[in-house]
This record gives sequence, C-alpha cells and structure tokens, in this order.
Amino acid sequence: MKVKRDLEFLEKVEELSGESVNACIRCGTCSAGCPFVEEMDVLPERIFKRIVLGDREGIMKNNTMWICAACFTCSVRCPRDIDIAKIMEAVRLTLLREDIDMVDLDGLDNIEELPQLAVVGCFRKETG
Amino acid sequence: MIQMEDGYLYYPGCTLKTKASDYEESSKKVMEALGKPLVEMDNWYCCGAVQSLATDDIMHQIAAVRTMLCAQEQGERELVTLCDMCYNVLKQANKRMKEKPDELETMNEFLDEDPDYEGQVEVHHIFELFRDMKDEIKKLVKKPLDGLNVVTYYGCMLLRPNHVSIDNTEDPMIMEDILELLGANTIVNPKRTECCGSYHTVNRGDIVENRVEEIVARAAEDGADVIALSCPLCQFNLDYHQRVSDHKIPVLYLTELMALSFGMEAGLKKHKINPRGALKDFLE
Amino acid sequence: MADQEEQNMIDIYVMGRRYRVPEGLTIMTALEYAGYKYVRGCGCRGGFCGACSTVYRKEDDYKLKMDLACQTAVEDGMFLVQLPFVPALREAYEIEDVDPGEKDNVLLDLYPEIARCVSCNTCSKACPQDIEVMDYVQAALRGDVERTAKLSFDCLHCGLCSIRCPADIKHYHLAQLARRLKGRYLDLDSSELEKRIKELEEGIYTEEYEEMLKMTIDELKKCYEERKFEEEG
Repeated sequence: MKVKRDLEFLEKVEELSGESVNACIRCGTCSAGCPFVEEMDVLPERIFKRIVLGDREGIMKNNTMWICAACFTCSVRCPRDIDIAKIMEAVRLTLLREDIDMVDLDGLDNIEELPQLAVVGCFRKETG
Repeated sequence: MIQMEDGYLYYPGCTLKTKASDYEESSKKVMEALGKPLVEMDNWYCCGAVQSLATDDIMHQIAAVRTMLCAQEQGERELVTLCDMCYNVLKQANKRMKEKPDELETMNEFLDEDPDYEGQVEVHHIFELFRDMKDEIKKLVKKPLDGLNVVTYYGCMLLRPNHVSIDNTEDPMIMEDILELLGANTIVNPKRTECCGSYHTVNRGDIVENRVEEIVARAAEDGADVIALSCPLCQFNLDYHQRVSDHKIPVLYLTELMALSFGMEAGLKKHKINPRGALKDFLE
Repeated sequence: MADQEEQNMIDIYVMGRRYRVPEGLTIMTALEYAGYKYVRGCGCRGGFCGACSTVYRKEDDYKLKMDLACQTAVEDGMFLVQLPFVPALREAYEIEDVDPGEKDNVLLDLYPEIARCVSCNTCSKACPQDIEVMDYVQAALRGDVERTAKLSFDCLHCGLCSIRCPADIKHYHLAQLARRLKGRYLDLDSSELEKRIKELEEGIYTEEYEEMLKMTIDELKKCYEERKFEEEG
C-alpha cells in the first residue's frame, strides 16, 4: 500500500505532546497493558510507527486514539518513559482542532441517566 | 500530614450534588464523626473531568486554576476532593501551574478580573485524610463489618499518572488498610487498577460493558459480596453496566461502608443494584 | 445647523466609515443621526428587550466590547457594528416532561454543550446586564435549576454571551429554560394568579375589551395616555 507522507504530522504530534515519538522501541508494553486493546483496530505502538512514517491519513481512519480513554496505564509502564497518553491526545487534537466533533451532541439520548462527569469528560476528549 | 484547624475545605465537583449524592452524604457524615467536617468552598467550578494534556492547552486548565484561586481567596492552602476525576485534574493542573511559571503568568494575565493565583494550594483526595487518621477511624468502629467480603477497585485516577498517585501505582493498599480497620475481609484482585471504560459510557457503551464484565466477573470469582471504590464515574459504570451481566455485585463508595461500621446509615439511596441484601447483617 | 455646531462633535466609525455625530447620543441615536434607519434589531429603545446588541471597540483599547446600542453613549473614535440577530438554537421541550425534582440532568439533557464550559468567563464579560453568566452555566451543569434561574433573572436575551462563547453554549436559552422550570416546579403557586385567571374566565374584562376593539387609533391613544396605575401595596 502506498502511504502519502505528511512530514509535518510527526512534528505537530511531538510539539503538542511534548514527547518523542522516535524514542519508541516497539516493545509492545503499552499494548500488553492496555485494557482497551481488543477494541482498537491498530495497536498503540503501530500508531507510533505510522506517526513516524507521516501516515496521517491512515491514522485518521483508525479508531485507536478514540478508544484510548487516557487511563495512563501505558504511560506509567513505558520502559522508555514516553507519556503515551499525551501522544494519543495530540493525535486526537490534530483532528478536533479542525472543529470536528467525534460525538454527536444532539444524538445522545442517555444524558439524563449519566453522571455529569462522564458527559464533561467525553466532550473534552471528543469535541472540537 | 495534611492539617486544618476545624475541618477541611471541600471541592464537590459537578456530579456530587446529584448523581453521586450518596458519596457526598456518606463522606460528610464520616468526616463529621471523625471531628474534621468537610466545609464546602464558597465558590467553585467544574474541573473538566479529564486532564487536557497538550503542551499548548492552557485554556482547559482555567477551571482548575479558578477553583484553586477560590481556595486561596478563602485563605486556605489545603483542598480536599472526593471524586477521583476531580482529584486527578485539579492535582495535574495545579502541578502544571507550579512547575511552569510562564504558564501561570499567562493564566493570571488572562484572569485579569481576579487576583493572581500564587500556586500555593495543595490538592488532596479524601483517602489521604483517612490514611492519616487510622487511629481515629479504628476508635469509631462500632459495628465491624465481620465476614463482609470486599473487593477494592481503584480505577485510574487515584494512581496514574505517577506524579499524582496517592499510593503505589501498581500495588495500592490505601483502601485495603482502611477496610481492615473496619473489620471487613478485603480481597486484592488484579483488576482493581484497570480502567472501567470511563467516559465511553456516553457514546461507546459496549466497550464499557466489556470492561465492566471483566472486572465484576473476577470480583465474583474472588467471592466478593460488594465492590468498594470512590470514583463516581467508576461507580456508575460498574453499577449500571452490570444490567447486562449475570453478576449483580453491589458497588459501594468506601465511605458508605465506613459510615455503616460507625453505626450510621449514609448514602445507599441511588444504587442500581440494591446493596441492602449484601449489607443486611450491618443495617439496623 | 447653528445649534449643532455649538455641540461638541465626535467621530465614530460605522462598519469602517467615519461619521461626525454630536456627543452624548446613544449608539442607536448616533447611527440614526448618521443616516441609518433601523428596520429590525431596534426594539424597545429602553434597555429592556435585548434586540439592539452591538459590538464596538474604543480607539486605544485592544478589547472588543459588547453592549446594548440603546443604552450606551457613543465616544470619540468608537468603531461600531450592529448585530441584527443571534441565530442560536433553542431546544423544544414539553414543560410537563421535564420535572427537575425527578430528573437531575434536565438542563444538561436539553443543552449538553454546557458540559463543554471551560470557565473562561468570556460570557460574563460580554453581558451588558452584568450577569454572572459563567456562574449560572456552572450551576446548571451541577443540576442547580434554582440558582441558574436566580442568577440569570436580569437576562434580556441579547445573545452576546453565546456569540462570544468558545464552547458554543446557548446561555440565554438555557437560562430561560431554568426560569421556566423554576416557575413551573420550584416556586409556590400564587393565589392571586389563580384568582385573576378565574376572573378572566368569568369574563371580567370582556365588555371593556370589546369596546376597545371598536375604538379608532386616536381614541386608543387617548385611552393609553389617560390610563391609571393601581396603587401599590
């Protein structure tokens, strides 16, 4: 498959996260500990590789960064001390900052039941 | 050691007045009994529930800083939260402001209608207070929770990231230690530090169902009568999403169990899975 | 014209164009002096209806200011623009289905975007009525209908809060919902209101009303001018 390389993407993700994506040694500790990994279509460390490759288009088609709920399990276990949750956040923000919402506010029919902090948290992570 | 003269300045957060009122009520009663009542802040703002992590994202730190400023204006340096998410966000945002003076300056310039935040407030979770009051807690136990099998559940926000953890990130014991004082039989299980699915409960309920099933199945296997925790979102998720599970384990706030062992009834009103059956030996 | 030259004249800029107008006018009258005619977005001219939202900047100020055009005096070097209308969405609801005594999240349910509030306070700064807008949005989020209604009581629905909000909150519609819920569910029933409704239903004003319908415009005007107020107390 041909990858359209977006060379500024890596730079942007590193700038927003303050973390070095290139420091990753693909050991897979993040994926091994991630409680959501079964729901992700691409493993976290694979996302790292795609960021390095500048495959922004490919990443945006994956659900990995949206499934990540910033539980910080990977961040505390990474042997390279990469705060992976921050990198996932940076990837989310590259899309959200284009004023795109990943959750349909008007389509939610369960708000009455939910505790407020769930709604606040969801909108912080998924609305632009 | 956290100390305040007549009690502790308390930050409720968006959920404690309604959906998690059981937690607020039981915590207030427990702290009252311990002689250190929770005194609600005069004014406070929703923390944002999840910490915004981007290096340039100062905007989403504003609410937390405003709350810190409210504490400062009330002449207090110690601030106590009950909610794990509030604890995590306030703690992280506060730390960021303390460690990045340039960001604090930008923030203070933006908050030009208010006094400057001086970065002196400290954020604590109520469990940290309990850790410092073990003798007092032990003295108040009138009805030990003998024979009650409690599986603890910490979730994420009390333990991660490392720099805001209230205990050992991988092997916390703060809840177990308190439950032991109450006379309960605590069960340590490996799922207790795994995420419950968090805010996905809004629009990806299936993911939370899977997470909850894993957590409660293990708790059931370990013989849990109840699960004890402190986060209102974990409580909701573990309680509500068991509706599709074969298991029906009551999910209680630790302070509800504390109140019970002190011979008081507090909370126990808003649970989807009624805890009264599991607790019948300890209720009047 | 002699009178006008004696007055102190100042320069204002309306959508970029300079006009010389007498000092002491409101923004609204100054625009009319400059030759603009209000067809819509004029309203009551008395600071009660919120129709004349205006955005301006003073010459040496980096901030954009918001106010009501009928309540604010023009100043020399003011840059002005009128907002005819704020097209913020207002949610529909059945008042009988939204009892805040039964439902914790009535306000959040209808206006979920309040969960996006970052507490920046831009709304309160924009409010020409000096309402603590941010504080009532925060109260709404935590389910406090009473406080939302009380804090927002002076709202005129000009919409300037919503225009400025980075979270796309519809503050004024949210606040109106809170006040309606307060009226329907939280306030005590008024015995006077019940009495008056009964009187109306029994036709206490029917005869007078029919008489008015037959009046000419001039008779109506006279009637209005000679109206008497009931004494308070």
